[in-house]
Amino acid sequence: MADVDATLTGNRGLALEEAVIFEQDSPGLSGVDLPEPGPGNDRLGGLGRTGAIGLPGLSEPQVVRHYLRLSRMNYGIDSGLYPLGSCTMKYNPRLNERLARLPGLGGLHPLQPTSTVHGALELIDTCAHWLKVLTGMPGITMAPAAGAHGELVGLMTIRAALEARGDARKRVLVPESAHGTNPASAHACGYAVETIAANVRGRVDVGALKAKLDVDVAAIMLTNPNTCGLFETDIIEIADAVHDAGAFFYCDGANFNAIVGRVRPGDLGIDCMHLNLHKTFSTPHGGGGPGSGPVVLSAPLVPYAPLPVVERRGDGFALVEHAGDSSAHPLGRVKGFHGQFGMFVRALAYMMSLGSDGLKQVAEDAVLNANYLLACLKDTLSVPFEGPCMHEVLFDDSFLKDTGVTTLDFAKAMIDEGFHPMTMYFPLVVHGALLMEPTETESKATLDQFIRTVKGLAERARAGDARHFKEAPRLTPRRRLDETAAARNPVLVWRPPPAQAAE
Amino acid sequence: MRYLPLTDGDRREMLAAIGVGSVDDLFVDVPQEARRDRPVELPEHLGEMEVEHAFAAMAARNLSAADVPSFLGAGAYGHHVPAAVDHLIQRGEFLTSYTPYQPEVSQGTLAYLFEFQTQVALITGMEVANASLYDGATACAEAVTMAARITKRKKVVLSGGLHPHYREVTETMTRFLGIEMAAAEPDWRGGEDLASGVDDGTACVVVQNPAFFGHLTDFTPLADACHAAGALLVVVVTEVVSLGAVRPPGEMGADIVAVEGQSLGNALNFGGPTVGVLAARQKHLRQMPGRLVGETTDVDGRRGFVLTLSTREQHIRREKATSNICTNAGLCALAFTIHLTLLGEVGFARLAALNHARAVRLADRLAGIDGIDVVNDTFFNEFTVRLPKPALAVVDALADRKILGGVPVARLIPGRAELEPLLLVAVTEANTEAHIDALTAALREVL
Amino acid sequence: MAIVKYTKEHEWIRVEDGVGVVGITEYAQEQLGDIVYVELPEVGAGMTQGAEAAVVESVKAASEVYAPVGGEVTEVNQNLADNPGTVNTDAMGEGWFFKMKIADTGEVARLMDGVDYQEYVESLS
Repeated sequence: MADVDATLTGNRGLALEEAVIFEQDSPGLSGVDLPEPGPGNDRLGGLGRTGAIGLPGLSEPQVVRHYLRLSRMNYGIDSGLYPLGSCTMKYNPRLNERLARLPGLGGLHPLQPTSTVHGALELIDTCAHWLKVLTGMPGITMAPAAGAHGELVGLMTIRAALEARGDARKRVLVPESAHGTNPASAHACGYAVETIAANVRGRVDVGALKAKLDVDVAAIMLTNPNTCGLFETDIIEIADAVHDAGAFFYCDGANFNAIVGRVRPGDLGIDCMHLNLHKTFSTPHGGGGPGSGPVVLSAPLVPYAPLPVVERRGDGFALVEHAGDSSAHPLGRVKGFHGQFGMFVRALAYMMSLGSDGLKQVAEDAVLNANYLLACLKDTLSVPFEGPCMHEVLFDDSFLKDTGVTTLDFAKAMIDEGFHPMTMYFPLVVHGALLMEPTETESKATLDQFIRTVKGLAERARAGDARHFKEAPRLTPRRRLDETAAARNPVLVWRPPPAQAAE
Repeated sequence: MRYLPLTDGDRREMLAAIGVGSVDDLFVDVPQEARRDRPVELPEHLGEMEVEHAFAAMAARNLSAADVPSFLGAGAYGHHVPAAVDHLIQRGEFLTSYTPYQPEVSQGTLAYLFEFQTQVALITGMEVANASLYDGATACAEAVTMAARITKRKKVVLSGGLHPHYREVTETMTRFLGIEMAAAEPDWRGGEDLASGVDDGTACVVVQNPAFFGHLTDFTPLADACHAAGALLVVVVTEVVSLGAVRPPGEMGADIVAVEGQSLGNALNFGGPTVGVLAARQKHLRQMPGRLVGETTDVDGRRGFVLTLSTREQHIRREKATSNICTNAGLCALAFTIHLTLLGEVGFARLAALNHARAVRLADRLAGIDGIDVVNDTFFNEFTVRLPKPALAVVDALADRKILGGVPVARLIPGRAELEPLLLVAVTEANTEAHIDALTAALREVL
Repeated sequence: MAIVKYTKEHEWIRVEDGVGVVGITEYAQEQLGDIVYVELPEVGAGMTQGAEAAVVESVKAASEVYAPVGGEVTEVNQNLADNPGTVNTDAMGEGWFFKMKIADTGEVARLMDGVDYQEYVESLS
């Protein structure tokens, strides 16, 4: 980049450079004032630390400025449109944050006597109730820590149920368009993974599926709506075939936002589905977590759900923490304590804010927004599968054929225009995929600006200006980074430069 | 519907652009029998105030550990979190971003995760750390499967000083992987012998320091025994503040360290979310689960950070991945990192010293009460006492007096008579002298 | 004289005096892009034809490398640990993966020769 705008500091106006904390060390400083421990013998048994740790010393204002500057190098939903397909980057209400910090909720210790936490158990039970009603399912486990964890826990519950009938089985069927977590979870549950092909309509090929269903199949894992943004039209036929084969039907609920409040998965014949509270239910994505992945269960699976379980007893609640206290055959514990309680607070606040009427509107607006993108962009980009789509819309890269511009280049140019890119190169079933999920919390004006931008860039690519795309992004705190060098010589922790180390 | 920006006019225009008459026409792929024209049977939407009232009512039915003298620990600790932490993690750019797949617009997240990895490596005395896992218990399970991959062995020995939840989670999560688990008896007196259970089929031994019952142990001899047999030593740390005072696992020969980081920057949250993390030796890097952030340069030669070694992960490797983990605990890791940055070298050591000094003070006070035995010779900020009565009943009686007096061992390991009188008592910098007075006075009453 | 044969999974094997040198083809390295890591088998490992012998990784992809024929691994290319990019710059030479003692030379004979492999690669595009 031409450095006509070069500055002495490397800063550019409001875009401020920032060194890592280890390079801002003033030995002896601390941003926390603590009292002197006072005299006394220690009881560390001679196992006290001997040398320095190597942590830097900074005062509070330095620390606040440091992390504020880092925050400004990030793009968040609060910044603008974040149409990352299959991630449901919707607005995260601030009310949720306030409620999660109430001392009577955020300040609870997980091992307080149960008699002192009835409000918390009521909250878990209420959140579970909403999720069960929305999905039309009889059972739920609130224990899993995230969606992928929920997948694994769901499959383990299925395996426990199968083993209880003396028939663990050997294989799990997964469509080729599935998220990578699906085969990884099946493997972590001790199952072999077999791929099912898609048909020309972007759905599971029911014939191919039926041909693979036999007495060795434990479960099928299907995402619905699927990762092409399409509803699996044959889902009830699939469910019947799976059940006829004595297998269970796992549904990946990552895309539940498309149907929340409008379609109940329980009416589609599924046995088990995780819900990503950070997708459909607005808990913050937090730079990659924490998530929460409650799993709804059909009646045959309920007895095998993991611990702990909150049970309503009379006017109050009981927390069943041990197999011996349970009338069922619980799987065991899958996470410390009682699930991601802080996320239940946020998700329940979200559900109560929108209510049954608002949640239905969520699905409708999410699907409407995605179809609006499809309608406005179908003549500019290339559409691999006929619509209507659900909450996300899939394009492939044939519109870039012979331009020298790749899907990645196109996405990087979107960054310079002030948008977060869409999901790229996923799902794997189409070439150079661009998967866009606008969510219901985007206005028409934002979508119109996005549409104009995509059209303008596509025109520019076709006009032969590949260089514009190859050099993008130009306007970000860092431009394209050398991932090959990072992987060939991994530097994962900060080390003092040699001169400093020699001191 | 304050979260929905479309107006009815917008909706009409958009439906017209799409060329359909109503939104129902967009749901035509849903089988007829599953389409609903009415909302589900749940209450309708509420304003912010009404929701606040409902939650305030639920919160009021709890006794908050934050509001009363609390000596609860057992893997979750009530520390003071500086105001700046909570302010910074609620910056929208941190709170509402996702996994940093696009590094050019995620340098903030990537930089703090790089700092997090470095801090964790430093305090554990290890060479590398990942960018977080769900929690300490699942990190322990991941450490075990990682050890099994590295050694290509299937036998695992779990210490009787390991937190019971960690043992249960590790057993559950490895249940279908053919791993043979040998869990030692609860080691409430300390001093168990694990080395004699290690042989040439052992993948790893899992210990905890400080142990669940509070004891501190030098695991160097056990590490030597493991290594002589070709096995690995996994050390679990459930109270990360201890690493400010206690010799770290890396200096005792640990190969993998599984840490619960809740104590730094994170509220108790009734047990979740918290932040797990694994630290390890560089040579085992490629067998680590979870995300890793690495340093590199951009096309202009400026330093920057990226997610790296992603071929270990599920989105590329699918069923051959090192783990199925996707989302981790990013925001909790940020809280951890900001708190530890605020503390710095001096503050972290002082925080640990303060915790220990207060715990010593309480232990000495409790030892002076007739009928109470302090079990531990060594401890950091949590120790075990033996009471003359079942600890569950004592804790309930203390709760009636608005004191959360500790965690009865029987709450986590039920059905064993010898454990019923045992109470775990944790003390942090948040416990004042008045709290200590209140607990000792109340205990004299209820015993 | 050495003979070079190819597999449909894009491995090559050069056979000289009953010892086979194995690597991945020019086409394979081009498809993968910048190679960042190669996981090699252990010396002494025995493998049957088609067994997973090594893994080759770029930033965004990982591929198994299969034993073109059965036999025992006698040597691995340690240089690839520090310089995985050698596979990109010299796939058919310095970028070799491992050497093996071939169990059954008949298996070699049934692999594709250079001309057949060239045709096979052209059929893929």
